[in-house]
Amino acid sequence: MGKAFGAVLVVITLISTAFFVFHGQLYWLPEDASAHGHGIDHQLMETMLGSGFLFVLSQIVLGLFVWQAAGRKEGWKPKTFPGGPKPMVIAAIVLVGVEILTLSFVGSKVWAAVYLAPASPQALHIDVQAGQFAFYFRYAGADGQFGGLHPDKIDEGSGNFFGLDPRNDVAARDDVVVASLTIPVNRPILLTLHSKDVIHSFYVRELRIHQDIVPGLMIPMHFTATRTGKFEIVCTQLCGLGHYQMKAYLEVLPEDQFDQWLKQQEAQQ
Amino acid sequence: MSEAAAHPPVHHHTAPTGFIRKYVFSVDHKVIGLQYYGLALLAVFIGMVLSWLMRLHLGWATLPIPGLEKLSPAGAPGNVMTPEYYLSLMTMHGTIMVFFVLTTAPFAGFGNYFLPIQVGAADMAFPRMNMMSFWVTFAAFLVLMAAFFVPGGPPLSGWTAYAPLSAVGQEAGPGQGMGQTLWAVSIAIFCVGQLLGSLNFIATTLDLRTKGMSLARLPFSTWAWFITSVIGLLAFAVLLPACILLFLDRVAGTSFFIPSGLVVSDRMMPHNGGSPLLWQHLFWFFGHPEVYIAILPAIGIISHILPAFLRKPLLGPRVLISCIAGIGFLSYMVWGHHMFVSGMNPFSALLFSVPTLVITIPATIATLLWIGSVYGSRLRFTTASLFCLGFISVFITGGISGFFLAQPSIDTYLHATYFVVAHFHFVMAVAAIFGMFAGTYFWMPKMIGRMMNETLGKIHFWLTFVGVYCIFMPMHYLGLAGNIRRYAAFTDDYLVPLIPTHQFITIAALATGAAQLIFFYNLVWTRFRGPKAPDNPWEATSLEWSTTSPPPFDNFGGRQMVVHHDAYLYGVEGAAADYVMQTSPEAVKSPS
Amino acid sequence: MSDMEMSAGAGGHAGVMEESPFAIPSGKLAMWCFVLSDAVTFSAVLFAYGYLRVGSADWSTPFQFVPSVLNGLVMTFVLLTSGLTMLAAVEAAKAGRTAAGTRWLWATCALGALFAGMHLMEWRHMIEEGWRMFQNPLGGSVHFGAAFFSITGLHLLHVLGGVVALAVIALGFPSGKYNRIDVEITGIYWHFVDLVWMFVFPLVYLMNAK
Repeated sequence: MGKAFGAVLVVITLISTAFFVFHGQLYWLPEDASAHGHGIDHQLMETMLGSGFLFVLSQIVLGLFVWQAAGRKEGWKPKTFPGGPKPMVIAAIVLVGVEILTLSFVGSKVWAAVYLAPASPQALHIDVQAGQFAFYFRYAGADGQFGGLHPDKIDEGSGNFFGLDPRNDVAARDDVVVASLTIPVNRPILLTLHSKDVIHSFYVRELRIHQDIVPGLMIPMHFTATRTGKFEIVCTQLCGLGHYQMKAYLEVLPEDQFDQWLKQQEAQQ
Repeated sequence: MSEAAAHPPVHHHTAPTGFIRKYVFSVDHKVIGLQYYGLALLAVFIGMVLSWLMRLHLGWATLPIPGLEKLSPAGAPGNVMTPEYYLSLMTMHGTIMVFFVLTTAPFAGFGNYFLPIQVGAADMAFPRMNMMSFWVTFAAFLVLMAAFFVPGGPPLSGWTAYAPLSAVGQEAGPGQGMGQTLWAVSIAIFCVGQLLGSLNFIATTLDLRTKGMSLARLPFSTWAWFITSVIGLLAFAVLLPACILLFLDRVAGTSFFIPSGLVVSDRMMPHNGGSPLLWQHLFWFFGHPEVYIAILPAIGIISHILPAFLRKPLLGPRVLISCIAGIGFLSYMVWGHHMFVSGMNPFSALLFSVPTLVITIPATIATLLWIGSVYGSRLRFTTASLFCLGFISVFITGGISGFFLAQPSIDTYLHATYFVVAHFHFVMAVAAIFGMFAGTYFWMPKMIGRMMNETLGKIHFWLTFVGVYCIFMPMHYLGLAGNIRRYAAFTDDYLVPLIPTHQFITIAALATGAAQLIFFYNLVWTRFRGPKAPDNPWEATSLEWSTTSPPPFDNFGGRQMVVHHDAYLYGVEGAAADYVMQTSPEAVKSPS
Repeated sequence: MSDMEMSAGAGGHAGVMEESPFAIPSGKLAMWCFVLSDAVTFSAVLFAYGYLRVGSADWSTPFQFVPSVLNGLVMTFVLLTSGLTMLAAVEAAKAGRTAAGTRWLWATCALGALFAGMHLMEWRHMIEEGWRMFQNPLGGSVHFGAAFFSITGLHLLHVLGGVVALAVIALGFPSGKYNRIDVEITGIYWHFVDLVWMFVFPLVYLMNAK
């Protein structure tokens, strides 16, 4: 029985680890498409290696000790681990402590670059509204000004998702409102996230960005996309029955194609 | 007048007669413990069935599930689960499991039964308040169950009930009417029951220890129950007002958690200036200590059981107790790690991350102490000891995934993915439940006087141990792929290729669930056909084994127990047998 | 009879149990634990109040000295006095002076009831002015009403509970149904209620004075 436990444990450990190592494209992060993402990926890899090593080591040692325990005969005099509890305490404090310090130190820089650093003053500013169950995006238009938001004027039927008041608000007249996000590659983007009803969340795997969208708050999020492509923005904060379907596409275009696209949109307003 | 340590009255009343006094409204901690345990069994069965329904839907979203329409015509027309009903079942699954299983069985169930016995007392310090705490908890359960049957059905906001979704009412979705209100009321009532229980555990541990039972000689399980009750005393004290404020937002028109200018389902909400983040702070200030309330009793239980089968004491018992206390203490400083991307000040993420990572240290020390204790032993392999060993393995797995999530930069990617689901299921659904199983196989002979079937037990262990790895290990891979949680179906482009993995998990879940039926059958078999249990079937040392199986009404048959030894004297040099009971007058040198 | 004999019951098991690290009867220990837990509950509600207040741009401070702050001061004086009568009750009980102890218990109970009555009158006055948990007649943040009624309401609930408990103990004390330890336990609770008010009054009344 004990030998079986040891053997099964080792098999489980090896199979589990195999899937982490031979993850292919299916069980892994998509290729990074952002300027800051390499920091996150590096952090993840370091943690994966360190934890993976400890995971395999601890499970195998446990399995080994159990295997040995199973092989002993009646009348065996129990032996204490050499050194008693002291090596355990020291190992835990030193190993884990060092890992924690390293990862925290490096990780805080990664975090700060995204969440604590201010956006570039040249960033393209896009307004994002989340609501049950869709994202909408707003560009400032030719005048470079965003119109004011009036929740009482929101009317999905007529497409006034943001509650703009173009009749009385000059700045709102040329705002471009679309259902998918289009941005230029290699240019800093600043999103302002807000919600019209409940908490949602903005997540793009490839861009390594993730931010809850909280009603009552206007939350800035900035990033730079470093390769073109079409990605999915998905809602990750439970928002109701349509949560699983709530998504929008993000298209990252070469600079000139983006300028063309934007001109087209502005002309349509 | 001096105030010496006063001892509450020892119970001189005779054993109760009549079915109601003996089994229903009983003040006997053993009956109350079994009542809590029974409640937890009922709850875990319901919670498990809910998980089967959830997993079936996730693997095959359009599959008609026979009988589902009967349960909820609106939730499953044509027996096919709607997305909102999926979320409702998911909410109830989480709520039932966290509160009525994980907080109830290892703590209120086994704790109520064994804490007084392990300290050498005749009962808890306040037996009538103890009875009340069970019935209050049971009332909370009934209120929660009622949510299944009200118009709109159960709430769909998850066991975490984030506002404003949980606070604005009906408009936010089906189940967000009466269902959510019942949820808030049920949990508030539950808090009261837990508070009453904590008072009893603390007073009993400190005041009712028999002669010779110093704090240092207490078994690990008692220490864990004691520390857990202190944690609970302070944690549930925050959840209670949080639920009350949520209730007020829902029925009294307040806006604690609801900001102004919301438009829900085309209706302008009349609320004003509240904060959804306030709910999160209050909830998680409770919520994080809560998960330690769920795991610490299991840690205490397996630490208590292992030595009996290792036939040697654990390495560093005092260190282990410090680790349990340290984890409990640190648990109050980390709640923000559930809120890294919540919109709270991003600088605080760095602050919360530090104690979160630091908690790894006592948890690692404890794990190494267990592994180091297995070294050099001759293990007796029983179902109880197998579940203890399995606990160590799954605790390692669950703990390590936490290490990833504790770092805000990595959490940017992994937040709200199946990686998180894997993490908390490994530590709560698997490790804590393994503690419950180990406790059951170990203590059932004492509780009902009959031995459980070891063959069935071992089959149960093996199927469960392999099964839980098959269910929850793949969830890590799904998380790394960015598979978001709480989705009723997987329609996004990148999720579709992951559906076969979900189907594998579903099959594993159903198979493992079926294996649990072996456990339920074993319980019934034991009750009616189990061989009579001797006083001390495991040759163990703590006080519960110094009395009959089951113990008499006053635990020790009127005898005054006197304790001479530490709790885990196994394999002592020069002793008459390979174990020395705590009450044995034999003079031996205690290994330190 | 010594405390130990009193609570050990007729059997008297002194000397066969371990000393508690806290040399007080279990009932008192439990009350202290309850008080600790309840303090955390009040702290959570006060935290919510602070959080919302700091986040509100248009917080109202409607309490004029007359009548609101003055009324609050009188209520504070009443509650503090009831704390003194409670102390007297405990001292009398410990000295074995049952009749005096009972009188002081009733005095405490009456003062608590007076406090509650004054509080309810104040509530009625505010409700008449248009204050609700969701409504601010001055047009400022609605959280003022929400915070005011929920915090003072929670406290009032505790006062009323205490008044009932004091009456029950006062009724049973002369006949010996309840003993001096029960009086002390009630005292711990009552002083806690008093202490909470000493936070509520400055945070809710004085900080919102005009």
